[in-house]
Amino acid sequence: MKSTNTNTSDVAHQVMWNRLISVVEEQAQALVRTAFSTSVREAGDLSAGVYDTSGRMLAQAVTGTPGHVNAMADAVAHFIRRIGPENIFEGDIYITNDPWEGTGHLHDITVVTPSFHQNLFVGFFACTAHIVDIGGRGFGADAASIYEEGLYLPIMKFAERGIVDKTLIHIVRGNVREPDQLVGDIYALATCNEIGQRRLSEMMSEFGLDSLSGIATFILENSRRATLERIAALPRKTASGAMRIDGYDTPIDLVVKLDLQKDRILCDFTGTSGLDKKGINVPMVYTKAYACYALKCAIAPEIPNNAASLEPFEVTAPVDTIVNAVHPAPVALRHIIGHMIPDTVYDALDKILPNLVPAEGAGTLCNFQVSLRPRTDQTAPDGTVRAEVLAFNSGGSGARPGTDGMNATAFPSGVMTMPIEATEHVGPVIIWRKELRPDSGGAGKYRGGLGQYMEVGAAEGHEFDFQAMFDRLDHPARGRQGGADGAPTTIARDDQAGMKGKGKQFVPHGRRVMLAFPGGAGYGPATGRDPALVRRDLARGYISAEAAVAEYGMTAKEIETVLDTVKQGGDVE
Amino acid sequence: MQEIGLVSRQRLNSAQGPAEMTSSMIRLGVDIGGTFTDVVLEQGEQLFSTKVLTTYSAPEEAILDGIAQVCAKADVETSEIGQIIHGTTLATNALIERRGARTVLITTNGFRDVIEMRTESRFEQYDLNLVLPEPLLPRQNRYTVAERISAKGEVLIPLERSDVERVAEDIRAAGFQSVAVGLIHSYLNESHERMVRDVLAEKLPDVMVSLSSEVSPQMREYERFNTTVANAYIKPLMKSYLGRLEGRLSATGVNCPIFLMHSGGGIISIESAAEFPVRLVESGPAGGAVFAANIAARYGLDKVLSFDMGGTTAKICLIKNQTPKTARVFEVARTYRFKKGSGMPISIPVIDMVEIGAGGGSLAHVDAMRQIRVGPESAGSEPGPACYGRGGERPAVTDADLVLGKLDPDNFAGGSIQLHTSDSATALDRALGQPLGMDAQTAAFGLAEVVDENMANAARVHAVENGEDLAGYTMIAFGGAAPLHAGRLCEKLGVDRLLVPAGAGVGSAIGFLRAPFSFEATRSLYMKLSDFAPDTIRNVLAELKQEATRFVRSCDATADIQAEFKAYMRYTGQGWEISIILTPDQAETPDKEVFQRLFEEDYAALFGRVVDGMDIEMTVWAVNATTLPAPVSAIAPLSNRSQAQPTGTRTLFDPALASPVQAAIVQRDAMESGQQITGPAIITEDETTIVVPSSRQAVAQTDGCIDVTAISGEERS
Repeated sequence: MKSTNTNTSDVAHQVMWNRLISVVEEQAQALVRTAFSTSVREAGDLSAGVYDTSGRMLAQAVTGTPGHVNAMADAVAHFIRRIGPENIFEGDIYITNDPWEGTGHLHDITVVTPSFHQNLFVGFFACTAHIVDIGGRGFGADAASIYEEGLYLPIMKFAERGIVDKTLIHIVRGNVREPDQLVGDIYALATCNEIGQRRLSEMMSEFGLDSLSGIATFILENSRRATLERIAALPRKTASGAMRIDGYDTPIDLVVKLDLQKDRILCDFTGTSGLDKKGINVPMVYTKAYACYALKCAIAPEIPNNAASLEPFEVTAPVDTIVNAVHPAPVALRHIIGHMIPDTVYDALDKILPNLVPAEGAGTLCNFQVSLRPRTDQTAPDGTVRAEVLAFNSGGSGARPGTDGMNATAFPSGVMTMPIEATEHVGPVIIWRKELRPDSGGAGKYRGGLGQYMEVGAAEGHEFDFQAMFDRLDHPARGRQGGADGAPTTIARDDQAGMKGKGKQFVPHGRRVMLAFPGGAGYGPATGRDPALVRRDLARGYISAEAAVAEYGMTAKEIETVLDTVKQGGDVE
Repeated sequence: MQEIGLVSRQRLNSAQGPAEMTSSMIRLGVDIGGTFTDVVLEQGEQLFSTKVLTTYSAPEEAILDGIAQVCAKADVETSEIGQIIHGTTLATNALIERRGARTVLITTNGFRDVIEMRTESRFEQYDLNLVLPEPLLPRQNRYTVAERISAKGEVLIPLERSDVERVAEDIRAAGFQSVAVGLIHSYLNESHERMVRDVLAEKLPDVMVSLSSEVSPQMREYERFNTTVANAYIKPLMKSYLGRLEGRLSATGVNCPIFLMHSGGGIISIESAAEFPVRLVESGPAGGAVFAANIAARYGLDKVLSFDMGGTTAKICLIKNQTPKTARVFEVARTYRFKKGSGMPISIPVIDMVEIGAGGGSLAHVDAMRQIRVGPESAGSEPGPACYGRGGERPAVTDADLVLGKLDPDNFAGGSIQLHTSDSATALDRALGQPLGMDAQTAAFGLAEVVDENMANAARVHAVENGEDLAGYTMIAFGGAAPLHAGRLCEKLGVDRLLVPAGAGVGSAIGFLRAPFSFEATRSLYMKLSDFAPDTIRNVLAELKQEATRFVRSCDATADIQAEFKAYMRYTGQGWEISIILTPDQAETPDKEVFQRLFEEDYAALFGRVVDGMDIEMTVWAVNATTLPAPVSAIAPLSNRSQAQPTGTRTLFDPALASPVQAAIVQRDAMESGQQITGPAIITEDETTIVVPSSRQAVAQTDGCIDVTAISGEERS
């Protein structure tokens, strides 16, 4: 048996593709280990990828941020255009936080590093991370334009031929609230590209490559073919979907039309509400990312992200709809609307491919940022400080066609929450409560995931501004196939003073913010639920006795039996 | 009960355990694994070993049986055994199989669901039907008390005794056996947790209690609580098992002290093990790493990569300066394709290794991108790989190894299992060859390359995470499948030297005999470099040294004890520390500039550059006290070289050349020290086969190790 050359080089290509995925995972890991912002190091709000010389993405690390998926795929081409191919040198490091050419808001810093092997330019490494502060009004919805949202870094060189631009560092330091943290994070981004570059160079030496073009072709052709096969197997149908959500002051309608064609899927947002006055607008790049993510999860989940596997998903929206905001619209909290896009897309997709997609879930992450300072109503005690603390949290996910939704678990975002012990070390914030919210998952044959309760206060001697970034106060997650809606978001102060779902709100010394995050919706009618699961939910306290009666028709006697069994330590399954 | 292995009388040097254990003492290493229980008896310079099938219902039965066998072979009485070192997967399996005690968690009001909410993320981003693993304790087994400690360790809400009494009453009514106590920020102030224990001891004297401030005093509530819950969950089971073991051994005349191998690579008393059984998790693999470290010492190697590959997984560990690398957190019981995040975190001192689903039984398929994928799904022993001829239809790694000529179908496992090459070829052709348009041999080549690449990637990532470059490393390979793949792995990793030790089949149990008594004490104490307080540091390290030493002293009253001092440091604002090793002098007289220099050197080595103008902080301090290993006698140099006599040749596919070659076959038993063979070659023994690629040559060392090295350019030409 003598193997043919083609076959043998196929084996080498298989190995190299694996290796590139491993390289970008290493790159991402280096960023987590060296980053300063909790959003990166604890929550994993970052992405990392490798590109060929023309800026086509070949591999991307699987991290917590679908929002960076296409954005990252497009970003490097912008860098090549702005920097100019003739100005690319070994040792260069490029940077931007441009919402339209990066990943959607000023709080994401993207760093791109050209990669050289044996003095030859062979491709790029790029990475993105969400940083806690970029100056301006602070991370929140209140700006009326991009100019108020913080420092803007157009695509430029952070370092040229290995020399860091000190002027840029001075400007950055002078414009943000946590300069050490931000500069540290920029260095961490540069470091992670360097780690990727080292590994790539080793791989190229090992396989005797002087360019990535062969492996790029292999990766992209196989990915394109696999994606097209999946699309070709779908019914050629169109369907529309819509979802109404809170917005800032007025509700927003998200409207989408899906058109499944032989070799592509069109996803158009015509009919969606116009721009909002506040910073919840979404650059197109971020809309594309979440629409594409939703479709990939449903249709081609195991095909890795790269230029070719993303290409057949064509996402469009009219300019000046809220999902295609252009400069200078305020966009800081673009994630609030962006995270709702998958549920909107699934509203349409469910009409074409039933029994595939979940019911609606919390969608938007339940994030908030706290700006703490010494109390101002009277003299603050010694030792009080200023600090910016960002927290990522999740409501419940929607029930699936054959399984309950996930409790307090992010979808579509994949970021992690920060440990509250780590959060409390960042500044004088106190998280008094963070636990599941019973009865918040929509009833159904499959129950929606539970949301969560949180209570947030400050250490003695401090007051704070609370930046709320919540949705689903007035528009809870809707059930599918007869499943019930999830519970809505609620927010108030512990002295009952009302608070809004979005915007910066003052919390005086001694007061706490009481939060209840939304649950996911149910799937199928509650009457169809397995009674053993209802008993289990009651035993665990996922549902109250009242809900067991009202939603699932349990009798008083059954409830008593379950609760007695729990008291006696018996099993209820 | 069936005896599997052959008694081996190995050419190993004398005992290298703790110093006072003179060569006259008879010592036993006992490793309970998933399939086999390995028993090794060491008498003077000789080792006697056996493998018996693990007896799940009463694991001590297999041990007694194994002891009887090795004693008979060594011709000694059981009463002559002076010491037993024991490691076991029982703790790990109890966690994986959820066979623990009826356990509750008592936690801070408002945090009942920490172990269930995990990180609030999905470990697989693209699976819409993802199911998260259930927490060890369902929600009704989690009680709360009103109390709160701040991030500075101050009491914000004092704990009332009456509140604990109320919970104790509920626990009594429900009849729970074991209680985990995990309160917020208790790693800074343990007073409330201790109060809970005191009240429970009074009200429920029969219930076992585990405190998070003792089991795992580390920041990050999910990891700490989960580790404590895991400890509480397996404590009654392990306590009962260890008690039974002591009783049964004593009844058969074995009255010697018994010690347990812990996950950090040291040994602890049976009492400590019963108190902190979570520290026994992964003790078997830890023994393997110690085994490799001992061989590294014998050969004077400072940079070693240990590679242990069995039927379902491969484990890779870095061993620097003859000491396995350690970490503070790892994950057990992964539920989803060994995927990171799908298991549960355990935060204890542990030998840092990567484990991936790559073993002889790992199955291959072609995915949508026409990529060959291997593992983590395994054929197991039933039906086994296709070549076993027991109905396995999908190709496993062993099938590829057979088709590539690495295995002899007539001499697998000492000839006890007949392999069928045609079944392998059929399976490879069906699953890989037809979809990819490859012949069976190319498919086998692809499969083997993918699994070797997966392992190489795991090794590379592990090295990068530890700031190491694998060039200049030596690989030590053991476990049944490792010697088949180690040569190729070395080629991929640029590693020039590979040692395959004798006794590799019972490596972990031998490792137990080489492990020191050790205990690591840690404390969280936050300090910025700009607020450097030398007196505080000196005192903390002195106290930790005292605590760690006391533990070790309780195992051994006289031995010399050595302490290693560590500070965990990072730039202010980062979340992940790197550990800086301090000399005893640096710990005794802490100096700010020295700390800064040590940190910056390590940071730059890891991440390429330091960050200018940033303050540095220290978060956790640790002292590891350990008995000194006996001086290891260096391996005797080879006096004369000669050519080993091949018994024949067979066709072997060489992946680096991407073509078949004619390989010489040599019996390992017949290789006298100094005999060598140039690759391509196949060195066979009953338990495994060593593949020597064309780029390598092999020589038998004086201790029976097969030493495989790269052939340099000149030698080749």
